[in-house]
Amino acid sequence: MTETGVNPFPQSESEVIVRFDAVGMRYGRGPEILKDVSFELPRGSFTFLTGPSGAGKTSLLRLIYMAHKASRGVVQHFGHDTAALRRKDLPDLRRRIGVVFQEFRMLDHLSVFENVALPLRVAGQKRSAYAEDVAELVSWVGLEHHMESRPATLSGGEQQRVAIARAVVNQPELLIADEPTGNVDPDMARRLLRLFVELNRLGTTVLIATHDLTLVRALDAPVMSLADGRLTFRERAA
Amino acid sequence: MSDSETSPPMPPAGGHARLLPPDAGRDRPLFAVAAILVFLACLAALGARGAWTSSDRWMNDLAGSLTVQVRPVDGRNADEDASEAARLIAALPDIESAEARSRAESEALLEPWFGAGGLPADLPVPLLVDVELSNPDILPVEDIEAVLAEAGIDATVDDHGRWSDAVARASHLARMLALGLLTLILGAAAAVIAFAARASLAARRDVADALHIVGATDAYIAGLFERRFFGLGLKAGATGAGFAALIAILVAVGGGNADAMYFLPELVFAPVEIASLLAAPLVAGAIAALSARLAVSEELRKRW
Repeated sequence: MTETGVNPFPQSESEVIVRFDAVGMRYGRGPEILKDVSFELPRGSFTFLTGPSGAGKTSLLRLIYMAHKASRGVVQHFGHDTAALRRKDLPDLRRRIGVVFQEFRMLDHLSVFENVALPLRVAGQKRSAYAEDVAELVSWVGLEHHMESRPATLSGGEQQRVAIARAVVNQPELLIADEPTGNVDPDMARRLLRLFVELNRLGTTVLIATHDLTLVRALDAPVMSLADGRLTFRERAA
Repeated sequence: MSDSETSPPMPPAGGHARLLPPDAGRDRPLFAVAAILVFLACLAALGARGAWTSSDRWMNDLAGSLTVQVRPVDGRNADEDASEAARLIAALPDIESAEARSRAESEALLEPWFGAGGLPADLPVPLLVDVELSNPDILPVEDIEAVLAEAGIDATVDDHGRWSDAVARASHLARMLALGLLTLILGAAAAVIAFAARASLAARRDVADALHIVGATDAYIAGLFERRFFGLGLKAGATGAGFAALIAILVAVGGGNADAMYFLPELVFAPVEIASLLAAPLVAGAIAALSARLAVSEELRKRW
């Protein structure tokens, strides 16, 4: 394991999905949460983001899924400088990113099927066009018997799988997961990790934020580590 | 994606569920306020229309008529002078009709000031001749004065100009007040809906955030609130307009009650008014939808 202060992901011929250059971030006039963060996520990469609670992992993810603007520095998504983007351009970019939240963020008044189908519905697709694919995806995450259940009636692990299905239903180029195993038992954590690996094998760039070192050690993947708002890199977890 | 060789999973039947969760009764107070505002707006609109119609009628009445005062002259019979004046005037061009009023009718006009039988029998009271013109744009005042002078009848012609100016000013004021009131009520309705839409967005921030994250545009999210508030405005508008129609019918049916008319705007229940009441729910829905859309869009723009 090597630990350095420089980005271990050199610019290669592969397309860079996300690039941060000397990025700082603060909420309002509060203290700077992220300081001089620089890294790149190449297309098809699988990366862990670790760090203790309060280190700024969630804030970094908010920048990546464009829920917040950087206070300084350059943030690029799919080659576009997001600071220069018009507001109306953001939804198209967001549709290329799937997000799995620690707290799931399901719409509790919708069924599992409808929650999973949400990105397609928002994109304007007709139900008849996606219904079978969504049903197959729900089945793929093992919830075929909960198609019409409300999320609140499911266990934490089941809700996590609904969240993952929703995040990947429109085949995003980048999948972000924030503490995806925080609410599940170790066995379910391993199964979810296999799911992420499978998605990565199919071509999706994956970034998983976690403080679960067991999860990190289970894979031979690069690790970005946040501490006090600053990013360090380890090329491999183990 | 499934590796199962069994039959593929079936999607649930049915259509889309609403993306905004049910309001669970939270919109009821807003519905009541909106219905009351629409009710008041309808009454104001009917009042404005009534003022418009009445002032038009008053102006037409004043513009299409003249009044001739025939003064009693010693040695002559005033009633006969009035009848002769009416006959002479009726024979002139551009005159539709001329009708002499008796002394009894003149006394009746003075009764509010002098009381019944308050005038001595020998008091010379001017008699009136009502003249209706066939063309309101032509006032043959000089012709009338000339023909009456030739007949030796002492009379003056009142073309109502003094009154029509005052009536025009009063009716213009009444129209402006009614329209101003209508505008204020509609503005208040729009402001209330905008406030409620912002509150609704704040209460459903989780939904808005989830939709943003999965790639919904601001217009898409604003459209959800727009449709919800259009429905609310439509229902509140129908309720408010229904009550306003009820009031208008009651006033129209009991229109003979002069005391009530001092306190109520003149409500007319004619095709234009009925059409206005039928359009009220749509107008209320449109105002609610527009207010909600603008308010939610403005709130969303504050985020990134």
